[in-house]
Amino acid sequence: MKATTLVRVAGQSIRKNTMRTLLTMLGIVIGVGAVIIMVAVGHGAQSTIQHQINSLGTNLIMITPGSVAQAGVSQGAATFSKLTVEDADKLKRESTLLSGVSPVIMTRTQIIGGGTNWRTSIEGVSVDFQAIRAWPVQDGTFFSDADARAMRKVAVIGSTIATTLYPGTSPVGQELQIRSVPFTIVGVLATKGQSAGGGDQDDIVLVPYQTAQSRLSGSIRIGQILCSTYTQADIPAAEEEVRSIMRESHHIANGDDDDFTVRNQTDLAQTAQATTQVMSYLLAAIASVSLLVGGIGIMNIMLVSVTERTREIGIRLAVGARGSDVLTQFLVESVVMSVLGGIIGLGVGFGGAALLGHLTGWATATPPSVVLIAVGFSGAIGVFFGFYPARKAAALNPIEALRYE
Amino acid sequence: MPSPDPAGSVVIQLDDVRKVYGTASNAVHALRGIDLTIRSGEFVALMGASGSGKSTLMNLLGCLDVPTSGSYTLDGVRVDRLSKNALADIRNQKIGFVFQGFNLLARTSALENVELPLLYDRTGRHRAPRALARAALERVGLGARADHHPSQLSGGQQQRVAIARALVTEPRLLLADEPTGNLDSRTSLDVMSVFQELNDGGITIVIVTHEPDVAQCARRIVEIRDGHLVRDHAVDDRVLAAEALTHLAVDPELESDAVASAAP
Repeated sequence: MKATTLVRVAGQSIRKNTMRTLLTMLGIVIGVGAVIIMVAVGHGAQSTIQHQINSLGTNLIMITPGSVAQAGVSQGAATFSKLTVEDADKLKRESTLLSGVSPVIMTRTQIIGGGTNWRTSIEGVSVDFQAIRAWPVQDGTFFSDADARAMRKVAVIGSTIATTLYPGTSPVGQELQIRSVPFTIVGVLATKGQSAGGGDQDDIVLVPYQTAQSRLSGSIRIGQILCSTYTQADIPAAEEEVRSIMRESHHIANGDDDDFTVRNQTDLAQTAQATTQVMSYLLAAIASVSLLVGGIGIMNIMLVSVTERTREIGIRLAVGARGSDVLTQFLVESVVMSVLGGIIGLGVGFGGAALLGHLTGWATATPPSVVLIAVGFSGAIGVFFGFYPARKAAALNPIEALRYE
Repeated sequence: MPSPDPAGSVVIQLDDVRKVYGTASNAVHALRGIDLTIRSGEFVALMGASGSGKSTLMNLLGCLDVPTSGSYTLDGVRVDRLSKNALADIRNQKIGFVFQGFNLLARTSALENVELPLLYDRTGRHRAPRALARAALERVGLGARADHHPSQLSGGQQQRVAIARALVTEPRLLLADEPTGNLDSRTSLDVMSVFQELNDGGITIVIVTHEPDVAQCARRIVEIRDGHLVRDHAVDDRVLAAEALTHLAVDPELESDAVASAAP
């Protein structure tokens, strides 16, 4: 039989039982719809995370204090602050692959400004920080190298601070008290948005690290050293270079472990993506159970159909259909049914993803390839679950089939 | 493929055909050695009581089944040892079936029902299936009802559609199994007149029946009992169905039309 005839005949017998067919297809519709929504949410989350990782900066290498082992007993990560300004200076001086180095001195404290007060994180950084984090200034300027060397009391604030403490006015030139020390605001950073961890990156005050060390009392430590390379290709080599300079700076003997950790942006991205991966697998498991149930539904209804149409099969065999003709006919029927369900499921999935995105504010993205995958997958389900009923139909004896009441 | 044979060429040749069902210890001998020759252009009525083996013989003749032993040659082809697929092809190319229960596909138009065997043709000899199906319907006088579904047709009309389906492949043999079994006597005569007309046109027909009236419409009667061929004779006082119809008061076409218009 010609392919067009096969599809036409399949369409005819599907139309004869419209309601039953629709109910049978529902399983596939829900399954494919779930897959699409899952892919849409997964892709959306991944692109959000990618965006957040990129917002950290370009070609970023991050050095954090590592664990310390005392007499073989590991004390856990960041047991001691083992990073010093000297480390940062040495990196800046000796490295060949780094475009910028900035120690990050971190503390949280109360600040006073614009007639109100606010608790925020203060970071003492070098001038390189702006380039490393690729963080433009929306108002005023970043502090200069001269400011830093002279330990001037200047600050650059994040946009959250600007809108909270100085609503409606430009904070540039205004005073800000950090631990009772007056600072002058020289610039406002552009809005960066949420970090991958969900924190507000714009709730921050940046001051020169030299100023922080000399003017701000209290718990002050270098939380990390940020570096950037000229190109992305340099990152692996630069990491090695950073490691050897740091070992030298920390006087670590050959064979001893590092007391610091070097990570790059890709590592961070991978960690974040591993989290969303778990979520994706979970959703995929739900979707595949739904597709499995849908497939079983199709097999069930095809078995009923074969029994109901035993006489028809007998007629077809009598007028010269081979077993393979009958097999193909029923296979095409189940494939047409499941692919139709898949196409409806596509619509449901796209609609559902859009609705979900609208209701929850999650970013959703559906790559075009998902259309092919959904249709192909539902077709495969039709073949897989339609095969047993079709083979049963093809194996019928024409005499008995014709006599069937 | 044989081109039109000279009149009287052999269509069916059975030699000592036996059919045994079941295992050796529990065997049922349906056919116990049948020898039968049917030539081109014959109109044979196969008669016998139920359990006589006539249905088994019918299934063998129709290539729906193969004999346990003996040989069966149909139109010059030994078919008794063919595979299932080869038998399907033989049925498609050489045999047209007409059944007692019409066996039309429901909710499928008359035209599509008639077209059905052409869809399974593997030889590629039928160029325009639709046109052939329409021609076959016109041949049985139902050209105007091509788009009707079986439920919209009377019993007689349904059987005409079934005959058109059997004819559409131009088979060497038309095989009818109790074709009038579900019809009243008037409609039976109507259907038999179609068979007689086709036979007059040269088509070989074998009809299985237990009704003597119907058998009288054939040219030759073969009787079977307990798996043996017991009687084989020509019909002397043959009934001409078309003629018999004119003696009946009511025109069957009118009646069947009334049935058709009453149907949904």
